[in-house]
Parts: sequence; structure tokens; C-alpha cells
Amino acid sequence: MAAAERGASRPTGDNRTSRRHRPPPLTLSAHFRLRGANDCFRGQSARTWCEVEAGWGGERESPEQPDRRPEAGGRRPAGGMGEFKVHRVRFFNYVPVGIRCVAYNHQSNRLAVSRVDSSIEIYNLAANSFQEKFFPGYESRSTEALCWAKGQRLFSAGLSGDVIEYDLEQLSVKYSVDGFGGPIWSMAADPSGSYLAIGCEDGSVKLFQVTPDKIQLERTLERQKGRVLSLSWHPSGTHIAAGSIDYVAVLDVQSGSTAQKMLMDKRHPGSQRRRCVVWGVAFLSDGTVVSTDSAGMVQFWDSETGTLVQTHPLASSDVLSIAVAEKEDSMVVGTAEGTIFHFQLIHSRSDGKQSQWVRTKPFQHHTHDVRSVAHSPTALISGGVDTHLVIRPLMEKVEVKSYDAALRKVTFPHRRLISCAKKMQLLLFQFPQRLELWRLGATDAAGKNEDILPLSRNAEHLLQLKKKGPENICCSCISPCGSWIAYSTASRFYLYRMNYENNSVSIKRVSKVPKFLNSALQILFSADSTKLFVASNQGSLHVVQLSEGTLKHLHTFHPQSGTLEAMPLLAVSPDGNWLAAAGMSNGVSIYDLKHLKPHGTVPAYNFPVTALAIAPDTNNLVIAHADQQIFEFSIPQKQYTDWSRKVQKHGLHYLWLERDTPITHITFHPKRPTHILLHDTYMFCIIDKSMPLPDDKTPLFNQLSLREASENVRRRHAHAFKISKKFQPLLFMDLLDEGTLVAVERPLEDIIAQLPPPIKRKKFGT
Amino acid sequence: MAVLEEDFTLGGLVPGAGLDGLLGVEHGQKADLFLVTDRGRTVILYKVSDQKPLGCWSVKQGQTITCPAVCNFQTGEYVVVHDDKVLRIWKNEDVNLDKVFKATLSADVYRIHSVQNTEPLVLFREGAVRRLDALLAEPQQEIEAVISDEEVIKWTKLFLDSNQPVLIFVTEKHGNYFVYVQVFNPRNLCKYTLLRGEEEPVTLSFAASVNERLVTLLCLSCNGSIYETLIPLNQSKPEEKQVLVTSLLLKTNVSGSVLKGVSLAILDKDHVAVMGTSLKAPKESISVWNIKFQTLQTSKELSQGTGGQLWCYGGKLFMLHGKFLTVIPFKCEISSLAAALGKLKNIQAPGTQTVSHFVNWGTFQGDGLESQDSNNLVPLKGQSKRSSRTRRNETRSQLEDSTNKEFLSGVKDASEKHLEQQLSKFLADKRTPEFQITVGHIVTELVERCKAEPAFYPQSSLAQLVQTQGLSYSLCPDLMAVALEKRDVRLLQLCLQQFPDIPESVTCACLKVFLSIGDDSLQETNVNMDSVIGYLNFAQDEKMGKTEVVQNGFSPVLLEENNFDDKLNKLDDTMNTTLTCPVTPQKAALLNAILHSAYSETFLLSNLKDLTVQHVILFLQYLHFLYEKCSENASMTLPGPCPPTLNQIMDWICLLLDAHFTVVVMIPEAKGILASLYKFVKAQVWVYSELNKIEGSLQQLQKLHQQRNMGLYSIEVLELI
Repeated sequence: MAAAERGASRPTGDNRTSRRHRPPPLTLSAHFRLRGANDCFRGQSARTWCEVEAGWGGERESPEQPDRRPEAGGRRPAGGMGEFKVHRVRFFNYVPVGIRCVAYNHQSNRLAVSRVDSSIEIYNLAANSFQEKFFPGYESRSTEALCWAKGQRLFSAGLSGDVIEYDLEQLSVKYSVDGFGGPIWSMAADPSGSYLAIGCEDGSVKLFQVTPDKIQLERTLERQKGRVLSLSWHPSGTHIAAGSIDYVAVLDVQSGSTAQKMLMDKRHPGSQRRRCVVWGVAFLSDGTVVSTDSAGMVQFWDSETGTLVQTHPLASSDVLSIAVAEKEDSMVVGTAEGTIFHFQLIHSRSDGKQSQWVRTKPFQHHTHDVRSVAHSPTALISGGVDTHLVIRPLMEKVEVKSYDAALRKVTFPHRRLISCAKKMQLLLFQFPQRLELWRLGATDAAGKNEDILPLSRNAEHLLQLKKKGPENICCSCISPCGSWIAYSTASRFYLYRMNYENNSVSIKRVSKVPKFLNSALQILFSADSTKLFVASNQGSLHVVQLSEGTLKHLHTFHPQSGTLEAMPLLAVSPDGNWLAAAGMSNGVSIYDLKHLKPHGTVPAYNFPVTALAIAPDTNNLVIAHADQQIFEFSIPQKQYTDWSRKVQKHGLHYLWLERDTPITHITFHPKRPTHILLHDTYMFCIIDKSMPLPDDKTPLFNQLSLREASENVRRRHAHAFKISKKFQPLLFMDLLDEGTLVAVERPLEDIIAQLPPPIKRKKFGT
Repeated sequence: MAVLEEDFTLGGLVPGAGLDGLLGVEHGQKADLFLVTDRGRTVILYKVSDQKPLGCWSVKQGQTITCPAVCNFQTGEYVVVHDDKVLRIWKNEDVNLDKVFKATLSADVYRIHSVQNTEPLVLFREGAVRRLDALLAEPQQEIEAVISDEEVIKWTKLFLDSNQPVLIFVTEKHGNYFVYVQVFNPRNLCKYTLLRGEEEPVTLSFAASVNERLVTLLCLSCNGSIYETLIPLNQSKPEEKQVLVTSLLLKTNVSGSVLKGVSLAILDKDHVAVMGTSLKAPKESISVWNIKFQTLQTSKELSQGTGGQLWCYGGKLFMLHGKFLTVIPFKCEISSLAAALGKLKNIQAPGTQTVSHFVNWGTFQGDGLESQDSNNLVPLKGQSKRSSRTRRNETRSQLEDSTNKEFLSGVKDASEKHLEQQLSKFLADKRTPEFQITVGHIVTELVERCKAEPAFYPQSSLAQLVQTQGLSYSLCPDLMAVALEKRDVRLLQLCLQQFPDIPESVTCACLKVFLSIGDDSLQETNVNMDSVIGYLNFAQDEKMGKTEVVQNGFSPVLLEENNFDDKLNKLDDTMNTTLTCPVTPQKAALLNAILHSAYSETFLLSNLKDLTVQHVILFLQYLHFLYEKCSENASMTLPGPCPPTLNQIMDWICLLLDAHFTVVVMIPEAKGILASLYKFVKAQVWVYSELNKIEGSLQQLQKLHQQRNMGLYSIEVLELI
């Protein structure tokens, strides 16, 4: 793809072409729609539908269940976990959105990532790269620049022309300020963090002063001829390098005038004259300006004289991004071919007086354009159109072999996008702009391990619910009985009443939602579907009584005084007496729902909570943390359980601790109180608390070898962690009933197939 | 790997034994029985597996045992000497040593040696040796003095080498050591001076092993270094002054501190055990070293102190640990580099302690530097004295130089027989530096002389030299020319097997000689038949039997619809009936040597054109025979130790046909072979085309397997155990 075309297509935002797609469902005039009888999944024949219809009598599983259950129980080997029927779901057509910007914050060791749909994620690099915060996208906004200023304040700017500041405590947009310069292409904070410079479509560079609660336009620097696509401050804060089309300008901040202009070479090898877009600039403290451009060059300029010092032709396509290490001894650039190159300042004389920038290492972790790069003290961070966030540690900077030494590729969100109505066997999929409701299929057959059972009824797409307005969906939930669906955007809360009659599904919006329910970070229904819990972004928790047609506000738990931190993780006990909520730093709060008062908190731990759940009967709260630790806290006794202490004393297996995706869901088996079911993206695990814990010498993943072994050997070698890696990448797993699991996978190939084609590169022999 | 297992003590306290209490531990009648003699008056027979004594005998108060008791394996009796001269012989049933057979000798006994299958030997303090039976026949016989007055025997050992006893003892006089090697039958005593460098420290302990007429003597010096000396056992006449050179084998102690109370035992070919203590680490320990790789294999601390004595019998080490006789069983595996290096990485079994002694390769003076020198092919005089070498090595190489010079000058005029003798002596000591260069010089000298004197042709010496594997064609280009001239096929075969760089013209010349040489003259020559024994006996057995040849699982019958093939098959049938080797086994072995040699096609082709038609046909027939033999089994290989491979056979067939195609096509004798080869090629083409057809379907199958569970929805069964 030609560079100019690629550049020109940028303002339109999402230019993704789907090479393999399912015909989009017809959209009704209402913002939701029902799927009709002939609109069922993947061209199912009418005959199948009739079968479905026949089986849709409400009591459809009751005749089978009494037969099947004793049989499954009888076949279960002693001490074994037994068999599960797994609904292996791959029709969750989720495609992560391409990454637009990454910005690294040295102070907090956090990484902000903005995607093409203007959603923003915050990763805590110190906590195993856990995605701890999320801001949903907004349709007409398009983030083009992201930066940290004044310590840990996060700003974004985009083609809407606004500069936005985010509230990292309450997980909401704090305010947005118009830049008055048309679409904003670039933004940079000065070294002290008290000024923001934005580069606008009209060629102006505007300076904003960052005040404690807002930003204020201070002045506009000399206008350039073309749009300002990249900005970089000199570390002293006196000059700004601005990359435009065909040239880089050095602006004097004091006077606002252009101090130097450095023209790009327009004679590209092998092509007619084209405009050269300067995609990235970096201003080094010795006055060197580094530019990356659409001609595939990385060029070093002397900003005093405006002369070209060094040229590195890197690629035949654009070099889109650049980032420099804080020490200025290393930098990284990303190209449209998906390669990132590492440059290092090498001393050419032993006394260290002369040194030179040398291109040292290329890394090819991306298939598509690398839109943005960042440089942490120990790692190169890159992201782009192929939606992966790649954290590539620099081995020379890593001293011990630990998490930080491993290459990270973050593809899937660390939040849950799926909820499940267990009894009705319904799955609710959350997409940024819509919800999908699916009913799982059924089978009459039984089988042994690894068997694929014949389906008596296929899975069925029941409903697609499109969001209203420009805001993307932030969270959603379906009630365990399946009759309520709730979702929320950044400013509105929606609740629907579902009705399943005969063969049709009807949906009705509950209009009289209490005023305070204007937005939610997390929604949860109680096990009996009579209560609704909403975590709002002021840190308070609302409890609402649900009944046909009316909502009754029962109580609001307010956060402890002084903290406004949002609580994005919720768990309710199956008996409905306890509610647990976790924020990112303040530990887990427990509330007594019977008496509607706070019960206490679980002591805070260094690493953020990634998942929590309350076990039936015992009311033990199980908490998973980003460092892969698991705690079990007895709510009635307000202390850690013996098993939890045992785990802490014994220590978890090193392979368990080395997993690199967080546990995102925990659930329990209703009949086996010693079992904890949990999963991350690459494994599903049942922890049997009654079994011995594995030590580092025993193999953790022993299922395959145990399967071959005799009963005796099994008994000797089995340990508490029963791990299956069969389902990958696993976005959701839950227990539907005693013998049935549902696993939602999202194969990477399916995602790649929906990405735009990458730049074709000549490979040897083709 | 070597492992020291858990130790155990034998019986209780050794009565009357102090820390230096034991005279010796010797094998008893059975493998598990050991005779332990203490320095006082007692001999105890232990059964080691039961850890209990079976018998105990003492001499009278006032008498002292002076020589460890041994078992006479011929008679099952025990022999001990007390008060230097009094010999006692008794049996298991005897209780009182006073009442058993007694013989008083005329001289002081140093040791009695007894090993299985030989009469015990008595070594007297003056160095004389007698068989026990001869001594008992005449106890008061005169015993001569062999060693000089002030010499003292320090250490002695008896071996059996090819069922002949070899007694070796080391004496010391004024700090100089001498090695005596006594062989019997014919009785012969050789005296060697152990040449040591000036700064070489005091030797503390000796051990020796014998292998193929070569005694390896290991000396442990007080700085922890182990020196190696090789003593050849050839029956040359005792000469005036023979000097043995020691070379540093291993440094067990890098700290350089002085050891005391150390002892050395050879465990097997590659492992030695060293026991002792250094001043820096006052605790005594026993460690097992791999001498091949100079690595420490394992070590064990002996906290209660030892007597500085170590015996090794059949997988067990005996030592006095504290006041107890301790046995440590050990295991040594065949040493490999991986195993040798592995030990240092993964730390120890419980109870053992790995001393962090890494061998300093830089200071080690062994093979490394020498081979470097010899690779340089510097002239013999050795101008390039490396500064890093120590003076010891210089003196040593000077000594070598002089002997080599002597030997080289001898080459010029010695008789063939004398030459052979000298040469075997020279070759016995391969460890000399510049060995390879010297060999090269000897060969050049010999070949020069052969060219000068037509009558002179020391065939066996040359063969011996070629087999040292230190030669190449370029080092002595005339050697093969001489051999070709003399039609010495044995030497040519050896050269073809050993030299990596024979030019194609010479290979072809050899081929011509091999093909033309008469079978009867071959009968007498001693050709190495290794490459043919695997299949040629076969061939003779089934001389008359018709064998159905199945090529690569493919039966040529399939092609019979073709008229031409019919004819071919008839020809083939006649071929098959005569599936006998067209050449004698000797000739076949020679031709195989040609097949094995390396060549470059371009150069070989032009040279092959020189062959006569008869030779080409004969060689083709032989190659065809080999091919048929190959196709008899499924793996398409010939049996035997080093047969020609199918590729070599096919390459040579192609080369021969390329070189002589026009001629071969014209000759009626070649028709059968050509037809058969044609059929083979056709069959191959057919098989490959069939395989190609299958390939597509196989790929499809693979794809099917991959796509098996790629649906969007399925219900599967998962079992967790």
C-alpha cells in the first residue's frame, strides 16, 4: 500500500476489510432486534430449527438428567475429577481493536494503550503486565496521541480536535478541551510535565498549561505549512521539534518562532516524487533530532545547523513511530512492515568520548504496521494494527530470570467479556458496540475423554442488542435465570427484561431505572436473580431489588471516606448474604447484604486482584491476584482459611507462578465443596483442596501422564492442580451444571483472518 | 561417571592396630573373601558381604608379621612371613599358626605376590624373585642381590599379562627412583631409571596397570600431581641404561599445598582414586578422578583420619578409617565427555562432597600442546621451543630428540629385521612429542632407501608405520609409488584405508594393479578381509542356488507385459543363476578399499578411461554382484563390519559406464549387465512415479486430520484425573 494513501486513510479511522465474514444480521429500526426463526446460526436447515422448537419446552433437560447423572457419578474413578461435557464455543466473533498509541509512565511503571476505537487500557508493568484499568471507546473520537503529564495524569488527543484527561481513580473521562486547531495529530508533554504541546491539522502547535484540575491554552507557536504529525520536546524544555510533511521544524518555545527547518530528501529511490510524511520525531539533549518518515528512513539531524548527520534506510515502507529511552542511550522505531528496530548509542572510542547511534537488533513480533512504540527502562514496547501489545525485554538490562525477562504478547483483554445464564444455558457476549445472546446446543450422547459428541441441537443466535449513542459498552451481565440483561456505557445504564415463550424471545427495556444508575463499571446479579448489584465509578455499590416491572433501590454502600477508587470486580455469595468488591489497590471489601452493612475488608496485597468468587455453603472468598497467588478467605470467620495458609506456607508451583496471563474467572462445583474451578487464557484448572499440593519437583501439568498410568500410580502422583490446556485461547469457562462446562475459545487464526491484509513483503523464493 | 557408595566397616576394631596398623589387604580364595594382615601378629579372613570375620590367626608373642598374608590360589593355602625370614603356610582348618608348616629362608622377604592362576612369587628385599614352589623345595637356597646396597624397594606389584606374570618393583636410592620389570619365561629383568625433572617433588605413592604389553605406572607426588610413565614389555635385551620419561597426567590439587599420607589406586582404565590430606584442608578425603578428562568425579570426606593406605579389589576400596577397616564400594562407568563434565554441574549425592577443584587447562602440559606442535609440522630438531613449556618438558624433548636422531640414523643402514625390532620399540611409546613428525621422517627415510636399494623393502615396517594413522599421502607421496612398483597390494590396501588424500590418478593405478594381479599370487598375501567376510561366504554357499531378486520390495515380474522386458528377464535369469562373486575374496577386499576411498568425479573420470576393457567388465561384474547382494535384504546394505555402501556401488557403476560407455555398449559380454542395470533404473523410475501419485492423497489425509475439530461449536468430553 502506498504510504500517502495509507496516511490519507487514517482520519476515517477503521478501514478494516473483512476477508472472511458472516453476513451481518439485519438491523431492525429499534436499537435491538430479535433473531427470527429462519435467522438461526449458519444456515441451519429448517429441519434443525423444528427440532430445536420441539426441544424448547422449558423442561427440556429434565427427562434426561436423572438418567445421566447417576451414570456419570458411577463411572467416576475413585479420587478422580470425573468427566465433563464441554460446550466448546468458537463463535464468539470478538476481534480486538488495533492499537494506536502506547505511552509509558516511568513514575508508576504503568503503560497506557489506546486503541483505534479510542478505548484506553492501563497496564501495570510491575504487576505482571496486568491490564488493571479500562476506559471504553467513543464512536466519533479517534485517539491519535496519548501522553502522561504532571506525574501520573493521562491525556489523549485525537481527530475530534479535543484534548481529554482521564480520571484514573474513577475510571471516567474527567473533561475534554477543544484545541481549536482542527483534528489533533500529535501531542507531547514537556519534560517537567507542566505543558502540553499539540500538533494540529491547520499546522499550528499549541501550548497548554497543565493546571491542577484542568488544562489551559497558553499560546500558539508559529504555524507550519502542513499538519503537524509528530512532536518532541527538547529535554531542557526550550525547543520543540515538530514533524510535518516534507520537513521537520524546530520551534523556539520562548519566542514561538521557527528556529530551524530541516527538509526531507524528496528523491526516494525507485519512485517518482512523493510527499515525505514525518511520522515521528525525537529530540535528544545534545540537540540531535531523529526523524522517522514515510520513505522508510531514520535520519539524525543537527538542530543547530539543520544538517543531516546520519541516515538509516530501514524499510521500503513507512517508519511510523519512535521512542527514546530516558537515558538516551537506546531508542526503538517501528515500521509498517511490523518490524521494530533497536538503535543503541555505541561508544566508538574506549574512553567514551565519541559515540555513535548504531542499528543493533531487529525484532519481528508483529505482522502489521507498528503504529506506536514505547521504551521502558528494560523493555521495548510496541503495538499496532495486528492488535497485539508486545513487551520485548532487553536482555542486557534484565538481571535475573523472572517475569520481566520473558517476551510478553498481550492479545486478549484481562476483563471478562462473557456472562452466562447457567440454567438456561445462555451466553451473553459483549462487543464494544453490541451484545449477542446465544443459546447453547445439546447432545444426547455420552462418550469418553476427547470424544466429540454428536449434536442433537446446535447452538443458536437468539438476539443481537446494539448499543445506543456514540459511547461503547463498558460492561454487561445476564442474570443466572436468563431473564434480565443489563449493560452500561460510560454515562447510561440499560436494563432489559427477557421473555422466552415457546419459540420466540421477546425483550423489553425497563424504562424506570433509578436516577443514580447512570453508569456502571460492573454489573452483577444475585444467584436467584432477585437482586442487582452495580459498581458505579464513584466507588459506591448500589443494591437494587428486581421484580417484574419495578425496581426497588435497597441500599447503596459508599466507599470508606477519602477513597473514590472504583471497584470493578464484584462477587456475591450463592446464598445472597455476602457481597465482595475489589478495586485495584485497596484490597477487597466485604458487605453483609442481610443487614446491609459493611462486614470488613480482606487485607490489601501488593498485587491487584484479577478475579474473585464466593464459594457456596462455606462462604469462602477465593481471590486470585496478578502475581498468580490464590487466597481463600473465610467471610464468616473473617480470616484466611487453613488451606489458604497451607498454600502460602508450601508455596505454589514455579510453573504456576510463571504463567503470564491472569486468572479471569473463578467458580465452584455445587456438589464438590473441595473444588475450585478457575482459568486463564491458556489453561483451565480444577484445584482440589483435599489433595496434596505439588512441589517444584513434581510435574505440574501431569494430566497426560496420569491418563496413561495405572490406578495406583495415579493415586500416588495426583496432586491438587488438575490442569487442562486443551482449550486455547480461553476467554471464558464456567460450570453450567454438575457435569457440564462451557468454554469460549477465540482462535488467533480467526482474528488474523479479520485483520486488513499486511504489507506484502518479498520473501525469498516467492 | 564414578560413584562412591555408602561405606561400611568390616568387623570391629582391628586388634592392636594403630593408625598405621595394616600391612595389607589381599584377596582370599573366593571373590568375597579378603585377608587382612595387621602390623602386629594377626591375620584375619573377612567375608565382606557379611561384614564378619571367618577366621583369625596370630603368631606367637614376640614374633612380628613382616609381610602381608596371601592366598595361594593353586592350593588354597595361606602364606605369611614373620620375622622377615620365617615362612608359614596354613589352611582354613588350622587354628594355631605355631603348629603349621614352617620354613626358614636365607634372606629377608619383602613381599609375597599371589594372583589367580599362577604360582605365588616371593620378592626378596634384595630384589631377587623366586617362585614359591621352587623356594619350598629348597628353603635355604642362596638368594642373590639384584639391587645395590642402598637401594630400598618402595613399591611392588604383580600382574598377569597374556597369562604371563609380570612383576614390577620400584626402588629408591638417594632420591632417585628405579623401576625393575621382571618377566618370566624367558626370565628377564629390566632396570629403568625413572627420569624426573629437577624440581619434581617427592613421590609418595605408586600404582600400575598393564595393557597389551605396556605397563602404565602412575606416581602420585606430594604436590598432588599424578605422573604417568609407560613401560613397554618387549623382550629386548637388557641394555645398560634405559630411561623412562614421566609425564604429568593430572593435578589433583590446585592449591599447590603439600599433601601427606596420600595414596593412589587405579579403579579402571579411566579412573583413579586419590586418598589423602592437604595441609590447607586438614580433613582427609578420598576422591575419584577421571584421568581421561581430568575431572573430579566424586569425593568423600573421611573425618576420622586414615592410615594413608588404600587397596582396591574388584569394585571395592579398602582403607583404615579411624580405627576401623572401612570398605567403600564404587562404580565407574565408561567415561564420556558429557558424563565427565556433567558431574561438576549437578551437585552431589547426599553424603558426598564435591571439592570445587576445577582443572586448570592452561597449566596442564599433556597432549594438547604437543599435538599442536606436531600439527605445525616443524622440522624434527624442534627449533620452536615454546616459552610456555617448562624446563622438564624441554629436557624430555631433548632426550626424545636424541633417541629419534639415533633411530633415524639407524634407518639408513639397519637390516630389515633389526629395523622392525627398533620400530616396534619406538612405536610402543606413542606419547612422545612430535611423534607424528618422527613417523613422517622415518617413512621418508625408508622410502628414499627403498628407491636407492631395489632389494631393500621393509614391508612389515612400512605397514606398521601406515597403521599409526599419523601419515597421509601428501606427507610421503613416494610411498604408494614404491608400493605400486613392488605390487604390494597389502600396503596399498592399508594406504587406501588410512590416507585421506590420495589423488585420483593413484587410486586408478591401484585399481589397475588390483584388477590385473593374479589370483594365485593374491592367495599368499595377507590382505585385510574385514570388508568382505560379511557376504562372500554366503556367496559361496549358494553358488548354485537360484535366488529371486526383489529390488526394494518391487518384483520385476510386474513388468512382464513388456516384450523387451521378457527378453531382459531371460537374460536376468541367466544372470541370477550365476550369482557368484566374479573375483576371489582377496581381490574383492582390495576392490572394496578402492570403493571406500574418497574421490572427485571430474578427476577420476579421465583416469578411469585408462582401464582396459577386460578390467572394466570384471569390475562392472563385481559391482553388479555387490548391488545384487545389497538388494537381498530390505535395508539395502551389505552385512559385515565395513562393507561398501549402496551409494558407493552405484556411483562407481555410473562412473565406469560414463567413462567407457561406447566401448561397453559394443561388447557382447557386457550385455547382460547392461540389461539388468537398465531394468533396475526402469523399476526405480516406476516406483518413484507411483510414490508421487500417492503423495497427493497422503497430503490430503494430513489436511483432514488438521481440520478435524475446527468447527465453531462442538460438545466434547473432558476428563480430569
